[in-house]
Amino acid sequence: MTQLPEKTERKMGLVIDLDTCVGCHACVVSCKGWNTENYGAPLSDQDPYGADPSGTFLNRVHSYEVQPESGPAQLIHFPKSCLHCEDAPCVTVCPTGASYKRTEDGIVLVNEKDCIGCGLCAWACPYGARELDKAEGVMKKCTLCVDRIYNENLPEEDRVPACVRTCPSNARHFGDLGDPDSEVSQLVAERGGMDLMPEQGTKPVNKYLPPRPKDRLNEEIDILAPLLAPVVEEPKGFLGWLDKTLEKL
Amino acid sequence: MHPAPSIIAFSTFSGLGLGLLFWLGIDPTAPTGWVAFAFFAIAYALAVGGLISSTFHLGRPERAIKAFTQWQTSWLSREAWCAVAALVTMGIYAVLLVFFDTQVSILGWIGAVFALATVYTTSMIYAQLKTVPRWNTVLTSALFIALSIAGGALLSGRVTIGLVLLLVAGGLQALWWKTGDTRFKQSGTDLKTATGLGNIGEVRAFEPPHTGTNYLLNEMVYTVGRKHAQKLRMIALVLMLVVPVLLLLLPYPHIFGLLALISHIAGVLVSRWLFFAEAEHVVGLYYGMR
Repeated sequence: MTQLPEKTERKMGLVIDLDTCVGCHACVVSCKGWNTENYGAPLSDQDPYGADPSGTFLNRVHSYEVQPESGPAQLIHFPKSCLHCEDAPCVTVCPTGASYKRTEDGIVLVNEKDCIGCGLCAWACPYGARELDKAEGVMKKCTLCVDRIYNENLPEEDRVPACVRTCPSNARHFGDLGDPDSEVSQLVAERGGMDLMPEQGTKPVNKYLPPRPKDRLNEEIDILAPLLAPVVEEPKGFLGWLDKTLEKL
Repeated sequence: MHPAPSIIAFSTFSGLGLGLLFWLGIDPTAPTGWVAFAFFAIAYALAVGGLISSTFHLGRPERAIKAFTQWQTSWLSREAWCAVAALVTMGIYAVLLVFFDTQVSILGWIGAVFALATVYTTSMIYAQLKTVPRWNTVLTSALFIALSIAGGALLSGRVTIGLVLLLVAGGLQALWWKTGDTRFKQSGTDLKTATGLGNIGEVRAFEPPHTGTNYLLNEMVYTVGRKHAQKLRMIALVLMLVVPVLLLLLPYPHIFGLLALISHIAGVLVSRWLFFAEAEHVVGLYYGMR
């Protein structure tokens, strides 16, 4: 049903730490691997070894350069997948009821048997979280690894989304963002977790942790430094003469 | 947005056909017999042909029937219902006119309302999208409806009202373009809000997630045609408005009326192509493109 639930029992989602993400794309690979072999239609590739390769991915890592007013530019790696919005515009536009948001945990899913591949949900999503699979003709999106997180055949530590399990820098966290006492909620509160495109009114469940302020190389780091003799002295000899002469010109 | 030929053809031709059905429905002295047959055949060919072509862009057209289920939230589903309601009601109205020489005006009026409702629901599929600021306005609906009934008036040979409606549609088109050019900026969505990194400094897309293209870029970041957008706007406006108005002011309404109609349709096709090609989706920001 494409009517959004008024309230979900839990708000399962991801917290992505932009401070620690190193941009290794391991989450992209593990996501593609798990979701190709398990739930739903495989994520196809077109012309994968040819001149113009493309394919379906549920998670992609962008990189942005941010230039502060002073100091060097910062490079920030930016993983992006479905944000499982509370007010998901992709769900309400679906004409067939294939798109839905689950009441029990808030996960946004596509019932691929009902999807006609009209693409309107992908148009409605501001984040580019949905991709139409060219081989299958149906819409694919992040399932929050719904076939892992409740899967009792897996060891307990594996019952998290594949991207979270694989991240080598612990930049991805999974949990209930509707519970203020959960680890993810506390992380969001502590680090000032933010929404992407809040003005679009989608109320994303996934949160992003902003990069921490950078250290400054030009700041005094040793309180004794002013007391030490300067290492670089005034130039002497020929260089000293050159310095003075050029100064006068 | 990618200008899919099937969608451009669908919205142009079904809009025209439904516009013609609207005029046939509200006509107090509707044609009967073979004349009525000709009019309804043209209207149904355009409307149904357009609707069928719209299924060509589906990934799974064999399941299209499921699109009738979600009318409570989805404009696409509402469009499907309105189209069927309009075609069925007008079908009965047409059969009575063609074969029984009987005009049941109430049926015509109901059909006319559903015909306009179909055009409105089509326009709302686009106008509802906050992600495409250029489309996200009531002007989109006004433009679609004006073009539909102006084209319908031309098709049904209504010269005077056709002239007025052409001018209205042309004015709306110009206004839609003018206001549309600033709407992306007004929406407040930019790379800073998209990444949430704006409070650190200026954000620039440094490296895309992949070396090749993808579905999102092909579907929503179509930039090829924008180079000539201004010229194409003028061409569209001349074809859909200026030429038909001049032709309609000439004598011999049948020959020049037909030429006016052909010119108008060509203009609307150009305008509809621009409707998609010029529309910028906010997802392009993540890729440093628009």
